[in-house]
This record gives sequence, structure tokens and C-alpha cells, in this order.
Amino acid sequence: MADFQRWAPDAQKHLKQGPGLWVKLRLDPFLLVLLLAIMSFGLLVLYSGSGSSEAAVQKQLIRYGLALLGMVIITQINLRNVQRWIPLFYIIGLLLLLAVLLFGVGAKGAQRWLEIPGLPRFQPSEVMKLLVPLTLSWYLSSRPRPPHLIHVLVAVVLVTLPVLLIAKQPDLGTALLIGSSGAFVIFFAGLLWRYLIAAIAIGAAGLPLLWTGMREYQKQRVITFLDPESDPLGAGWNIIQSKIAIGSGGIDGKGWLQGTQSHLDFLPETHTDFIVAVLAEEFGLMGVCLLLTLYFLVLIRGLMIAGAATHPFDRMLAASLTLTFFVYVAVNIGMVTGLLPVVGVPLPLVSYGGTAAVTLMASLGILMSIHARRPQRT
Amino acid sequence: MPWSKMDTQRQEVSQFRARLWWALLLIVIVFVGLVSRLVYLQVWQYERYATESDDNRQQLQAIAPTRGLIYDTNGALLAGNRASHSLTLVPEQLIGGRRGIDNVLAELAQVVSIDQNDVKRFNRRLNQPRRPHSPVALRFQLNPTEIAQITVNQHRLPGVRIVPELVRFYPLDKGFVHALGYVGRINDRELAKLDSANYSATHHVGKLGVERFYETELHGNVGYQTVETNARGRVLQVLDRFEPVPGKDITLFLDAQLQQTAAKLLEGKRGAIVAIDPKTGGVLAMASAPSYGANQFVTGISNANYQALRGSDDLPLFNRALRGRYPPASTVKPVMAIAGMDSGIISRKYSLWDPGYYQLTEGGRLYRDWKEGGHGRVDMHKSIVESVDTYYYAIAHIMGNDPMTKYLAQFGLGQVTIADQPEATKAVLPTQQWKRINRSASWFPGDSLNLGIGQGFLSATPTQLATMAMVLANKGKWHQIRMIKAIDDQPVEKVSDIGRNDPKQPSDVALERSSDWNKIHSAMIDVMHGKKGTGRRSGAESSYKMAGKTGTAQVLGIKQDSTYDAATIAERFRDHGLYIGWAPAKDPVIAIAVIIENGGGGSSAAAPLARKLFDLSILGAQSKAKAKEGAQNDG
Repeated sequence: MADFQRWAPDAQKHLKQGPGLWVKLRLDPFLLVLLLAIMSFGLLVLYSGSGSSEAAVQKQLIRYGLALLGMVIITQINLRNVQRWIPLFYIIGLLLLLAVLLFGVGAKGAQRWLEIPGLPRFQPSEVMKLLVPLTLSWYLSSRPRPPHLIHVLVAVVLVTLPVLLIAKQPDLGTALLIGSSGAFVIFFAGLLWRYLIAAIAIGAAGLPLLWTGMREYQKQRVITFLDPESDPLGAGWNIIQSKIAIGSGGIDGKGWLQGTQSHLDFLPETHTDFIVAVLAEEFGLMGVCLLLTLYFLVLIRGLMIAGAATHPFDRMLAASLTLTFFVYVAVNIGMVTGLLPVVGVPLPLVSYGGTAAVTLMASLGILMSIHARRPQRT
Repeated sequence: MPWSKMDTQRQEVSQFRARLWWALLLIVIVFVGLVSRLVYLQVWQYERYATESDDNRQQLQAIAPTRGLIYDTNGALLAGNRASHSLTLVPEQLIGGRRGIDNVLAELAQVVSIDQNDVKRFNRRLNQPRRPHSPVALRFQLNPTEIAQITVNQHRLPGVRIVPELVRFYPLDKGFVHALGYVGRINDRELAKLDSANYSATHHVGKLGVERFYETELHGNVGYQTVETNARGRVLQVLDRFEPVPGKDITLFLDAQLQQTAAKLLEGKRGAIVAIDPKTGGVLAMASAPSYGANQFVTGISNANYQALRGSDDLPLFNRALRGRYPPASTVKPVMAIAGMDSGIISRKYSLWDPGYYQLTEGGRLYRDWKEGGHGRVDMHKSIVESVDTYYYAIAHIMGNDPMTKYLAQFGLGQVTIADQPEATKAVLPTQQWKRINRSASWFPGDSLNLGIGQGFLSATPTQLATMAMVLANKGKWHQIRMIKAIDDQPVEKVSDIGRNDPKQPSDVALERSSDWNKIHSAMIDVMHGKKGTGRRSGAESSYKMAGKTGTAQVLGIKQDSTYDAATIAERFRDHGLYIGWAPAKDPVIAIAVIIENGGGGSSAAAPLARKLFDLSILGAQSKAKAKEGAQNDG
């Protein structure tokens, strides 16, 4: 023992001090600082994107407050101990999604909300964003790894059910996020490369088959979806205008509140899905790169937490949540810059809206909870 | 822990970490991709987008498709398009921008007449969601003098434009509005429902009738062009253009001549006429009176005119043909006779002695026949020919409610069977359950008696009665009742041919003994041609045979023991006159329903109108055929 202490003098110091404040709160200061930075930057852009609306900023602040509170609560829970409830919640989630299709409410032809008397209106698909990775992590962590083909197939079914129900609402953005969160869990469970390659090959081979099976109007829809600029008055309008906004921002931007595209109403949805165009117009390339750097650091931290976790459940969950966060960023910015078709995916922690913020913070809370319960190296 | 297990665990962790590295690689690649894209847009293409953003000289303009035309069965134009010039403002291009609007309006008011309503509507349009630099209409249908005056002053008024557009025009206007419907300017509620991209250059939408039902087909698809403009918004150059796809042309079964005649016959009356081609189910005429002009609705009816139409006691805006609910009265008797015979409840030879009334119980309420003193011995044939109420009280009493409603439903009552008139109503086919729910009362035998003569709770629209006449004429054969005959010269048998939902339609009426049809037909022929037929005066002196049934619907319940005198009751309480029928009797080409509100008896008020339309469609067609034959012989 004495030898050991001689070799590692700091170890004793650490033992004497006991757990620090952050550990007690089970929060991860790195992640917390990063997401506060992103949210502050986001509020700045939101103020401009909402047409200098203090009300919108205030409302968003309150949502952030509630979401932070929710995050702190979630970090106190050791999800591994409540694992056995996960399948029940998953089934309830599926039933709620079915209920949305049957009695849901919504606007513009999409049915996404559920109104249950006595409860606030909510989107069951948002809850599914957490439940799908939780369910898959629960399922695959209690099976042998790398998973057998049969377990992979069950996992695929568990993902596909909610994805289909959500795509039918239709809410392609959320369906995409949930589908990828499930795929990541399967990947991190150690899916054999040959299965992965086979799945990709089958998917690629199936596409032309699907295409020939489609009717003419369905094909037309896919074409406008993939190439919105062929429909410049409809789907293409947003893309054309947001590209002008981003491009005209240049390297250093037009200055805060000085964006002409957003303030002259050329750009639609400036405070929700297309908010990064406002950011790019007013803060230029430097502004977007700053935001991207913050996101990148969040991702790195997430991967570190996943790498430090020992229990397979924690590992898969942490890695999947981190990668899903990445999909948010990549798809949103990809779509606003015209690289990807327009699907409704918000920019995490920046876009206006309450439900998405709550789910995102909850997933960061799960990450922190996993981090707080990693084995202490003493 | 055994070493082997720890070993596999360690192996697993290292494999997991390897996958995290793969994920990191993916993240880095994608982030590099995103940053490159941003560099491309914000550095490489900066000049281009900065210019586009700066002066926004390149504009995307939507081009409205031309609305499809509507033709009658012979190719006569029922709905076309004509040029109309409207005065529009582009708020962003006015002197002083949006804040300068009031000044510009004041200046314009000196040049052309602009009233308060125009300004009010303009402001409403201005506040609707719209694209920047898109024009907002202020006045429509400028006359040539106004156009000249604005053009002369245009140099002082940047952002003010005269926009020519094609608007709907109904050449035959008034008598057709209840059949065709009309288009009008898109309002807020419609704007929320329409596909905003496809309608970005369209200002009108089908509001009623055929125009509304076939909106998708008639509208077409929007086109667009990218134009370069000067600072005043004048187009300097068209950079590229994508042509709109015009709407499809529609041909209806409607016969313009028959429709016009029907409308003329109804002039000065309140009522409706619906004629159907029994061979196809196509609607040949659909008139409702009083009527109104459709053209005034296209460019916006003045408030005073609209209030006058809305306020009128005669309800000109009300489409009686599709929505008027009338007691069908004696016109249902043929169906009741079929119900009795075919259900096997009433013998085909059933007859009774008619004292002029019917009683459910001895000494009870008298259910009166229309003829005081009665008709003597009455069998089924006579009961139809002379329209004997007592006979139907008796068989209704024996049958009860269920068989009657079952057979009435097979002939289309109580449901909407017309496929392409969205306003059609199903009226009321009363069942016991219906009465329980709607009248909170159970079904009494007296209710059955009233139902037996087509009175009481039963009501039907003229369209439903014409449909019933068609099914009778066809000996039970159904066709989809519809306005549309063809779309872009492609015949339409059912609206499902063009992807719409077919209305639920009863299956063909199959009788146990098909000879029963002949019994009914011969009785209905004798209504028109028999010595005592109620419609004999309308059937007289004709070169062809017709079949029909008259009806007289009581508007007011006549009290017991009071004698009925039409003259003393105010005009509004006079009987409705009804008629259903078809011609020629053997090989029908037209089935018809006529209803004249407060017109008195069906034989005097309604049947003569039907006869005129029969003559027109049969003799008119024959003389045309003859003329054609003659022409061929000459050739």
C-alpha cells in the first residue's frame, strides 16, 4: 500500500476530498457549459429570427428552464435500475402513436399531437425518440454480443414499428431520427460488419425495385422531395431563399439584426427549422463555425462518456444518443444549405419549440447520469 | 470471475471503442462536408448571393393556369373565360413602401373610382400571408377609360400595375347557376385549405356545384417564370419559363336547350325541375327558381346586390333542386305499390271499397282521401291512376313502416346518390329509429299511414325524385346520377374513374316477379293517357306515350271536419304541386321530377311543365334526327 501511495501521491488526496459538488449533483460540467453556450447563442439568433420578438425569447427561456429542470431530475435516476419498466413504456408509446393516427390533431395535413383531457397537448413521437434507444439498449444488452441474427431482426422490428407509425402522420424528420437512433444501438451492440454490409447492399438493391413499383404521382413526389428546386413555388422556395440568405452572409455576416433576407420576410420559418440561415446571414461563416465547434465538442464529450461506461446498456445508450444528436445537426444544416431534402428536423437547442428541447435535454441528462455512474478510478 | 469471461468482456469493450472511433470518423467527415458547403456558399458563391439578396431584381413569378371550360352535352359552352383587367399594387415597390399606401390610394382615387369597400377588401388581402413583391388587387374589371387613365399616370405611380387576367364567364348565366355553381375570389378560409404553391397565381376557386366539385380538374397546374426587373418592378427580361398546365375541359350531360326551357317554365314561380337520362344516369337539366346571375359573383358582387339576394323571401340563393326538402306526396305511390306486392304482404289482387276516408279504428280519426265521397271499388291499378289515398292508407296500415322505408331506400330516398353535386342533401327517410332520435317519440300507426301517401316525416329533394323516376322507368336498373359526361373527351362512367369517391348507391331493384314492373308501368301510363288519369290533360294529344305520377303535397295540416279551400289560405300555405314521370313510356330517354311550391295540385301545376320538356327532348330530337336523315339523303 505504501508503495502504491508513493507511486500515486494524488490518489490519497482525492480520497480525502471525497466526491465534489458536480459528482454530488451528478451533472457533467463540460456538457452543461457547452449546452448553456449553445442555448445562449441560440436565443440571440432566435431574437433576430423571430422579428425581434421579446415574447418569443421569453417563452423559449421558460422552456429551457423547464427542460433543464427535467434534465437534472433525469440525471438523478439510474436507468439501469429501472430497466424492467422500459418494455412497458415502449408498448404504451406505441399505443399512443396508434392513438395519434386515429384521433390525433394537427395542422397542414399532418396529425402529430394528442389531446387527452386533463393533460397538456403532447407529441407521442417525441417520447419515442428516447424510448426507442432505451428499448433497444435494454433488449440487446441482455442478449449475447455480438447479437445473433434473430436478435438483430427483433431489434429491427422494434425500431420499424414506431418509425412506420410516425412516417404515416406524416413526420419524416422524426421518423428519420428515431430510425437512426435504433440503427446506432444495433451498430454499437457489435453488429457484425458482414450483416451491416449485407443490409446496405439489400437496401441499395431494393431501391430500384421500389421505384419501378411506384405509381407516377408517387414518383413525382419523390422527385420534388429529392430535388425541391424543381418546384420553386412550393418546396423549393424555402431552399432558394435560405441559400441566398446563407451565401449573402459571407465570412463575417451582415451583423446581428441586420439580415435582409430574414427581416424582409423572404425567408420562411426563420425561427424554427431554418434558423441556421438567419445565423449564417447575420454572423457569417465564422458564426456558423463557432456553433459547429460547440456541437462538435458536445459530440466528443458524448463519445467519451460512452467510452468510459462499462455496462453494455450504458455504453450502447450513450453512444446512440450522442450519434442521434449528431444526426439532428447534420440533417438540419444539410437541409438548410440545400444538401439534403427538406424534412422537419430542428437545430438542436437553437430552434424555437418546447417539445424538441425537452427531449434533447432529457437525452443529455441520460448521458450525464451514465457519466456520473461510471466506475471511479481511485 | 473466470478468465475466459473477463477476456471476452475485455474484447467486447475494445471492439466497442473501435466502433466509437468509426463514429468519430463519420462525424468528422460530415462536419468537414458541412463546413465545405458553407465555405462554398459563403465564400465561393458570395458575390452571386450578395447580389441576389441586395436588389432582389430576380423575381420568381407564378403564372396561373387557364381554367378548364365546361360544355353541355352537345358542345355548347356553359362556362368560359374572358379577359378582365384589374388594378393591383405591389406594396414593396410603392413610393414610401408599405407606409406609402395611403398616399397612393388617395392619388389613385383621383384617377379611377375606388370606394370604401374596395379599400376594405384591399386591406384584407394585404394582410393575408403572401410573398414579397407579389401584387395585391385593388379593383377588378377596369373599363377601357379607366385603363387609359391609369396608364397615362403610371410614371408617377411605381408599383401600381394593371394586370390582365382571365376570369370565369357564364354566357348563359342565370338559368344555369344552380346546375353549374360558380367561381369566386378565394377567401381566407379557402386559402388555408388550398395548396398554396399551386394557387399562388390563381385568384378564383369553385365555390359551388360542378365548379366546386371538379375544382382540381378544372384548375390545372401553376407555371412560373424567373424575370429580371428594374427598380420599379417592370419586367426587363424573362430568364426562364415553365409553362402552366391548363385545367381540363369538362362536358356535362346537361342539355343547354332543355335547361333553358326548364328555367323559363319556372319563371315567376318557386320550384325546381330535374331531368335525368335513364340510359346513363346523366343529369339533363337541373333548374331551381327563383335563380340569380352567376357572373356577378366571379368578380365580387356588390354588398347591396348580395344583401338583396340573401334577404329575399323567395330564397333565390337556395338550390331547391339539390337541397329543397319536399313531401313527395302521391309520387311515392308506385313505389308503395311495389313494396306491398313484392314483399308479399299485399296480394296483387287486393282491392277495397273507398268511402273517401280511412280509419285505423272504428270511430277514430278520419284519414281523408283527396276526393270527397271516395272512388268506389279500388284495385292497385286504379289506385295509381286516380291516386287513391285510401288504398295507400290501407296497405300502409297492413305493411307497417319497415317494408315501405326499405323499398323507398332502394329507389334512392334518404340518401345522396348524385355523385358530383357537393351541396346535395339526403332529406329524411323516417324509420322508427329516426323518430326516436329526432322526435323523441315512438312510431305510431298514424305515422305509417302518412308515410303511405308520401306525407308526414318523409321528405325528398327534386333530384331524389327524378332519380326515383329513373329507377322506375328502368325497371329497377340503377346508374350513377352525375353531371359529368366526359373530361377532356374521356367518357366518365363513374366519378371513381377520375379518382373520386363514388357515392353509396343502392343495387339494382330486383323484384320477385318482374311482371310487377309492367303492372306499375301500365298504371303510370294510364295516369297520363287513361280516361280518369290524374295527368290526362298533360298527356293528351301526343304522338308518343309517356308514364308519370302526379302529387299534391299539403303544406298545412288540414284540421278535422274543416273543408279545404285553396283560395282562402294565404298563397304560402297552398299545396305544392309535384310530378314524376318519363317518356317515351317504352323506351325512355328522359325521366323527370317537377316541383312547384304552392302551385296547387300536381296535375295542374307540375305535369304540364313536364309535358313541354318531354316534347322538347323527344320531338325536338326526332325532328333533329329527321333533319339529319334528310340531309344525308340529299347528300
